[in-house]
Amino acid sequence: MVSVLWLAMLVSGFFVAAMQGRIEVVTRSLLKGAEEGVAVALGLISILVFWLGVMRIAEEAGLVAALARVLRPVARWLFPSVPPDHPAMGSILANMSANLLGLGNAATPLGLKAMRELQELNPDKERASDAMCTLLALNTASLTLLPTTVIALRLQYGSAQPTDILPAAAVATAVGTVSAVLLDRFYRRRERRGK
Amino acid sequence: MTAVHLLSNWLLPCFLVGTALWAAVRRVPVYEAFIDGAKDGFGTAVNIIPHLVGMMVAVRVFRDSGALEGLVGWASPWISRWVPADVLPMMLLRPISGTGSLSFMIDLFRTHGPDSWTGRVASVVQGSTDTTLYVLTVYFGSVGIRRIRYALKVGLLSDLISALASVAAVWWFFGPPGEPEP
Repeated sequence: MVSVLWLAMLVSGFFVAAMQGRIEVVTRSLLKGAEEGVAVALGLISILVFWLGVMRIAEEAGLVAALARVLRPVARWLFPSVPPDHPAMGSILANMSANLLGLGNAATPLGLKAMRELQELNPDKERASDAMCTLLALNTASLTLLPTTVIALRLQYGSAQPTDILPAAAVATAVGTVSAVLLDRFYRRRERRGK
Repeated sequence: MTAVHLLSNWLLPCFLVGTALWAAVRRVPVYEAFIDGAKDGFGTAVNIIPHLVGMMVAVRVFRDSGALEGLVGWASPWISRWVPADVLPMMLLRPISGTGSLSFMIDLFRTHGPDSWTGRVASVVQGSTDTTLYVLTVYFGSVGIRRIRYALKVGLLSDLISALASVAAVWWFFGPPGEPEP
């Protein structure tokens, strides 16, 4: 899928430029694009180094665990099919907390651990269980309060107020996550009625 | 909107100082923990170089050649009252490739500026959701699930809703598109 889109962008760019008789644009864009890709990645080093450091402090201080305690009642409501004492519930909570804190790198392994534990509860090993679908709905919508990469790039491109998008982003991510949860419930109910 | 500005200015510093103080109270060796975590930052940044170079090249060729304009130009008269048309490809790419939409966002920053209306919508779209297809593949793939039921539908529909919500939220906080920036 990604390959097809990548190819489509390059090939359509090539043909459009060629038809206008200005193929030299493509050559320049190739070089400029590559240069910019490296520049952007190198520019991200500073914020990534700093932010991952801060996040390690947060982790060791037990911020993820504290947030998990706050989220527990929510998770019980979201995952009625998972016994509250099952290890899967713990992993789900850790995954939700890590996502909320913008710890994308830490959230994925926790989410995969939750998937393994949910698979133990799953009667049909090839078919996604209800709880798995809810976990995926949460993770694809990804409730994030601090999109650090976006803030860093805004700064890098000369924004006067790199964080002024945070309130708007918070509204958008909240709407997205609530709709994901509601859609998950809606389609599950429809599937039940269909049978 | 002053309260909002105040909040967005204070959020990051407060989070940082609050976390560090709380950790110190809980007897975490704060600086050692920071260094330990920070070590991973360099590798993470270097690891995304190939992805970013690949995508930036494609996006740049796509825009500079005029293909992007050709694709969204026809839609522009109808939708530019609500949202700038050149954000559309980024929105479409968001659920499919995280680096791809990131590259589009950077391209919009470069052409319109990060504090333009377009730049803000792009920031919110990029920051408010995750790459649906990637998450589904990795999560279901890791435990060998073949039948994913309605999960794809839920993921893509909620991406659509959150894209609409991003536009609405930028309207709400920054006014309609096309307003000159201070």
